[in-house]
Amino acid sequence: MAHSEHETRVFTEQPIGRVGMWWFLASEVMVFGGLLGSYILSRIAAGGWAAETAHVNTRIAAINTLILVTSSLTIVQAHAAVEAEEHTRARKYLLITVLLGLGFLCIKGFEYSIELGHGFTPASGLFWSYYYTMTGLHGLHVFAGVVVNFVLFLLAGGRRWAAVKQRVEYAGLYWHFVDVVWIFLFPLLYLA
Amino acid sequence: MTARAVAKATPEPHHNRHSAPQSFWRKYVFSVDHKVIGKQYLALGLFMALVGGFTAYLIRWQLAWPETEVPGWSYVEPDFYNTMVTMHGTIMVFFVAMPILLGAFGNFLIPLMVGAPDMAFPRLNMMSFWTIFTASCVLMASFFVPGGAAAAGWTGYAPLSADPVYTGVDWGQNLWILALALEFSSFLMGGVNFMTTAINMRAPGLSLFRLPLFVWMQMTAAVLFMLSVGPLIAGAVMLLLDRTAGTGFFLPARGGDPLLWQHLFWFFGHPEVYVVLLPGFGAILEILPVFARKPIFGYRAIVYSTIAAGALSFIVWAHHMFISGIDARLAIPFSVTTILISVPFAIMIFSMIATLWGGSLRFPTPMLFALGALATFLIGGVTGIFLGSAAVDIFMHDTYFVVAHFHFTLFPSALLGGFAAIYYWYPKMFGRMLDETLGKLHFWITIVAFNCVFIPLFLVGMGGHMRRIYNPLQYDFLKPMQPIHEFATIAAIVLLLGQIPLIVNFFWSLAFGRRAADNPWQANTLEWATTSPPPHENFAAVPTVYRDAYEYSLPGNATDWLPQHVPGPALKAQEQAA
Ligand code: HEM
Ligand SMILES: [Cu+2]
Repeated sequence: MAHSEHETRVFTEQPIGRVGMWWFLASEVMVFGGLLGSYILSRIAAGGWAAETAHVNTRIAAINTLILVTSSLTIVQAHAAVEAEEHTRARKYLLITVLLGLGFLCIKGFEYSIELGHGFTPASGLFWSYYYTMTGLHGLHVFAGVVVNFVLFLLAGGRRWAAVKQRVEYAGLYWHFVDVVWIFLFPLLYLA
Repeated sequence: MTARAVAKATPEPHHNRHSAPQSFWRKYVFSVDHKVIGKQYLALGLFMALVGGFTAYLIRWQLAWPETEVPGWSYVEPDFYNTMVTMHGTIMVFFVAMPILLGAFGNFLIPLMVGAPDMAFPRLNMMSFWTIFTASCVLMASFFVPGGAAAAGWTGYAPLSADPVYTGVDWGQNLWILALALEFSSFLMGGVNFMTTAINMRAPGLSLFRLPLFVWMQMTAAVLFMLSVGPLIAGAVMLLLDRTAGTGFFLPARGGDPLLWQHLFWFFGHPEVYVVLLPGFGAILEILPVFARKPIFGYRAIVYSTIAAGALSFIVWAHHMFISGIDARLAIPFSVTTILISVPFAIMIFSMIATLWGGSLRFPTPMLFALGALATFLIGGVTGIFLGSAAVDIFMHDTYFVVAHFHFTLFPSALLGGFAAIYYWYPKMFGRMLDETLGKLHFWITIVAFNCVFIPLFLVGMGGHMRRIYNPLQYDFLKPMQPIHEFATIAAIVLLLGQIPLIVNFFWSLAFGRRAADNPWQANTLEWATTSPPPHENFAAVPTVYRDAYEYSLPGNATDWLPQHVPGPALKAQEQAA
């Protein structure tokens, strides 16, 4: 039913898939907004969690930030390649994006293992509750994005090019969103 | 905008939309047709209403004749009483009001009213129904797990909900969270369809300000839901982790704060009551002009008021928390915003009454229910203003006054508005007319019994009767009010039995009702421009829209109605298009 995504009766001159994607992202913004807001308010009320935040690994997180920002660039490249009808280049950049996403998840997992090894679990206090919940929820979103990008990578190889074209744009929007969430999480959890 | 839109519009690519359905399963069960999905929502909502009604019966019996055996059941134990109150609220708000008003009528009507062959994302639409179906199954299953179903109130206040030691309910509460999470995702999926369809799939000539108000109300409700539910989804995740992973977001013993949950809940909760209210209003607003044979009064004022009320609803939530221990200085701004929000609602109500003024009124069942909803909502809205004032609320909070207040808002919008919609659109949905005699019987029993249940509760509430108590006879100062409880319970039983005419009517008319004409009420909006029931893909040809939705009793016109899709005299809206 891919055709319904290319509905022609368009008043806003936006494809319906794009309207849908923005809707989805707006609701996601509210989910993370609620979480970040709760975190900030709890942190203010608790008078700062300097002692706890000293135990997170800023260096690893900085590397991960770099990885995610890079992957945002590569998905833009993939989108540009799709627009230019360059199949192989599009696939190349999709694959790089997938690998960067996987890299992020592996590093994050490594970071968790260090923290858990030091005895910091979600039950070790309110900061750690927030830390694991926020990064965990974000990690799930990264994972979903990796899966989507990988599927697009596979589809872009075959005869499904037409269906892939617009979806790369939507996947890119989502991937940028995941990136932006991290841009908020990094200073709030690691730097502040 | 309109002119360009008309020019841009191209005819529907009929050949490549989903082809006519084949198998039984595809046609009736896993259908992607918005009309079938709307009926599925209706069936689900009406079924859950029976369950919710039964919980009300148990609660009311226990309040009137505490600790006696309930006919048709057994004794209501204290823990079970808590479960009943919790599940009653949960079911009625999330599994009755929303499925009927948004799920059933939103789904059925939006594509028809905008002249589209289906929703923008038909498969997503099907998924949204099966998601809430799963949610309902999870909720029902939670009655049968060890410890029983959730018992922390429909608002799930922490710490009651955050640690099983308080209510003794373990899995029931987890399943409650899961069911709500599924319900939320279902209506998020529904909302994207409502919005995209109404924005992007309108028939040529149907500019935003020619849309039926019902569509505006559904769009506003969808936006309110989408923008408010996010923080509660985050809260639900946190609550689940508190219960299962040892985090302490809402538990003081672990450094958390129960008030945080109340903020997250009511940031959603107040917009949510408008999510339920607005579609009910939308149905009323469609019905009033048709049976008054007059154009709607103040179309744009209603649209702008709706949007204003929606925006304000995001900054009133702490009026539910005046005595929860929030900073007393916060009470004043939240009182002010709450009282401000009555202004747009006053405008809407005023427009409804002005629409009736001087009309040639007819009173078939849908009109009776619409008028009944309007009148009862007025009481609910006015008492809301009392409660919005922090000084009054400090006395009234957690009394039966509040219970009466929210029933006077939810019952008119969800049930009376829902009934009005059923009587009005049943001919379009099923191609048959409902029986008027049974309909009127249903109306009069419902409206009289409803007032007999809840007006007395205002009185006991003002007398200081607290809510959510198991046995009023345990308190000496409440004993004199017991006869009022008994009266309300008898009325509640009458109210429940009064739904039998509807059930009989619904099924009898399905088989034996008079066949419905395409436009039995002589209405103008596009859903009446097609057959009853509409064919697959709704319209034989894409309709073109020439005017506003409510051009009744136009001077110089042969009939007293003039459908939106019929070419004819150039009118108000025509000028805007130019
Ligand atoms: C059949 C008619 C109904 C009767 C007799 C009835 C009765 C009751 C009673 C006795 C309570 C408990 C009050 C307390 O002690 O706190 C209650 C609570 C509630 N009802 Fe109804 N109800 C009816 C219909 C509805 C409808 C149609 C809705 C919503 C659309 C609704 C929503 C609620 C809510 C949200 C609560 C609060 C639950 C809580 O405090 O946890 N009720 N109702
Ligand atoms: Cu409120």
